Amino acid sequence: MLNIKNLHVAVGGEEIIKGLDLEVGPGELHAIMGPNGSGKSTLGYALAGRDGYEVTDGSVEFDGRDLLELEVEQRAAAGLFLALQYPVEIPGVNNAYFLRAALNAQRKARGEEEVDSMAFLKTVREQLKALKMDEALLKRAVNEGFSGGEKKRNEIVQLAVLQPKLAILDETDSGLDIDALKLVAEGVNRLRDENRSFIVITHYQRLLEYLVPDRVHVLSDGRIAESGDRSLAQRLEREGYAFLDTAEA
Amino acid sequence: MSETQQQVEELIQSRYKAGFYTDIESESVGAGLNEEIIAMISAKKDEPEWMLEWRLKAFHHWQTMTGPNWAKLNLPGIDFQKIHYYSAPKQKDRPKSLDDVDPKLLETFDKLGVPLHERARLAGVAVDAVFDSVSVGTTFQKELKEAGVIFCSFSEAVQEHPELVREYLGSVVPYRDNYFACLNSAVFSDGSFVYIPEGTKCPMELSTYFRINARDTGQFERTLIIAEPGAEVSYLEGCTAPMRDENQLHAAVVELVARKKAKIKYSTVQNWYPGDENGKGGIYNFVTKRGDCREDDSRISWTQVETGSAITWKYPSCILRGDRSAGEFYSVALTHNHQQADTGTKMIHLGKNTSSKIISKGISAGKSSNSYRGLVRVARKADGARNYTQCDSLLIGKTCGAHTFPYIESANPTAKIEHEATTSRIGEDQLFYCQSRGLDEEEAVALIVDGFCKEVFKELPMEFAVEAKALLEISLEGAVG
Ligand SMILES: Nc1ncnc2c1ncn2[C@@H]1O[C@H](COP(=O)(O)OP(=O)(O)OP(=O)(O)O)[C@@H](O)[C@H]1O
Ligand SMILES: [Mg+2]
Repeated sequence: MLNIKNLHVAVGGEEIIKGLDLEVGPGELHAIMGPNGSGKSTLGYALAGRDGYEVTDGSVEFDGRDLLELEVEQRAAAGLFLALQYPVEIPGVNNAYFLRAALNAQRKARGEEEVDSMAFLKTVREQLKALKMDEALLKRAVNEGFSGGEKKRNEIVQLAVLQPKLAILDETDSGLDIDALKLVAEGVNRLRDENRSFIVITHYQRLLEYLVPDRVHVLSDGRIAESGDRSLAQRLEREGYAFLDTAEA
Repeated sequence: MSETQQQVEELIQSRYKAGFYTDIESESVGAGLNEEIIAMISAKKDEPEWMLEWRLKAFHHWQTMTGPNWAKLNLPGIDFQKIHYYSAPKQKDRPKSLDDVDPKLLETFDKLGVPLHERARLAGVAVDAVFDSVSVGTTFQKELKEAGVIFCSFSEAVQEHPELVREYLGSVVPYRDNYFACLNSAVFSDGSFVYIPEGTKCPMELSTYFRINARDTGQFERTLIIAEPGAEVSYLEGCTAPMRDENQLHAAVVELVARKKAKIKYSTVQNWYPGDENGKGGIYNFVTKRGDCREDDSRISWTQVETGSAITWKYPSCILRGDRSAGEFYSVALTHNHQQADTGTKMIHLGKNTSSKIISKGISAGKSSNSYRGLVRVARKADGARNYTQCDSLLIGKTCGAHTFPYIESANPTAKIEHEATTSRIGEDQLFYCQSRGLDEEEAVALIVDGFCKEVFKELPMEFAVEAKALLEISLEGAVG
């Protein structure tokens, strides 16, 4: 599904990702943990193709294509989704309208027909209900005035509607209360199948109790410093990242 | 130049879709401005003596005036002797019905998306079409007449309803008002006239479509709308011109009179040719629009979407004379390339408990300059006057400018005046967010701009809102990247 080789990413002329390798197979869920500022969000942005995140070396293959060749919106249409650590507000743009415009743009790019409005609304309503979100949020402007937790849940609604092949969730669990965390995890679990892959960036082992990861990676100073199974996350929870220093020393 | 860059260039070039020219024989008076020309215009229209006298009074006054230089505009000198003040498509007689109108003219308006044939026209909108200096036809005349509504060209009103024209002409915008209004008073050619009788709610939207076609011709139309006590009307105005290298002058005057409890809603989608990407050509749009809430509980609302013209200089205003009268101004002004816009409103509170609301959205892209200039004046006797002003500017790119000039003059301590202003740039984060969800850059910009303008668009009648949105999208093509 995703194959990253020797990826180097510079932001503002400074190298942040310094030779990263990562392979995520179809249907797999990988967790990425790591200290603040280690480059987790940078990796997400670089994969999504954000301006200013310059790939200086390496290659990324996504679903059999060269991901780095594609524009941001082409990556989205190809099935890549990034749930942002800080979702953006778009004043005056109706949330439901935005979501349908996005879905239709992707479908059009893939040569598919536009969605039927009724069917679309039905799907969105179901998702809102499952995430215990107020339907009024559909009529409000995208993320404007949403609480922190509502913004994060709104990202999951988008994820569920857009049905990507690979979803990168950047700290979607941060700022959620315990019940909301469960709802979001259930939302993600409902979407898991043998073809859809996930990269879940998180600081907390708690999320990984609900979303059982196939692999856990520790990102440190722009590289994967350690990989393992879910027990690695438990160890990090107990010991913190101190071992990274000793490992390097 | 790479191929894609070339494609983008072509896109920008083609973005002004109304830029075609209609090859039609026209008669015009010679260039230049003097008493003879004015007399000739008046004679061509078979005007009564008083009308010519009024024009000449205005002309004499205009000769004593100097042009404005206070707006934040880079105003090239205009040679008023080079302009033709009258141009009309050649027709044997005034067409009695649309069937007599030259098919080429009908075709022009069809191409512009304003089909004049009633059966083709969206139900519920009556249209008056003005081509260069004359009205070429008004639709739905019969239906309106049944309701007692008069909707016709200005020239026709001078012939058919001289008592009304005489009473109200210049009663809101006196010919001495300002340089361009004064010029208009001397040479105005045609425009629309609307009269809604007492207690009548106009059964359909009224609309005028202005088209400048001939070369080196100025357009000086005059619109007069009178709403008698308890009357209500919604009026729409649209405008385009061919693409030309020379600048063309458009100096219109619009007067609105709202009597007791009357309501007038005036919407404009202005899309005059803005000039090319190097700032060559385009319309100079100097317009005086003013509404008089002459009696108690009347209401006048201006909504404008301004995307065209090389230079726009326009301040639709409300004089809130009646007690509890209300004025509203909703504006979207978009400038791109080298366009300059200096627009805003004046709310003059004279009556007690009068209220006004101003929502202005300025969008600037390219090397353009976009200024909001607004005056809120509360007279000494206007107890309990209230105003709310909100001015938001959105910048696209780094070479454009936005300026806000609010003027507040209050002579009454009970007045409540609120002013809010913001300036923002289209955020890279917003663009990225939209694109990461699958929208391309242009769709993303259009969506963000549409959201920014929402409060104004919702004031427009439905079909106009759709048109306005499409217009902004076209005007913004190539604005980013
Ligand atoms: N625009 C920028 N200019 C300069 N440095 C930047 C820029 N964006 C990010 N960085 C730097 O890159 C490093 C990695 O940032 P990133 O946001 O990827 O960290 P992170 O692992 O997601 O951290 P957190 O856990 O706090 O979310 C940080 O040191 C950050 O300051
Ligand atoms: Mg981060």
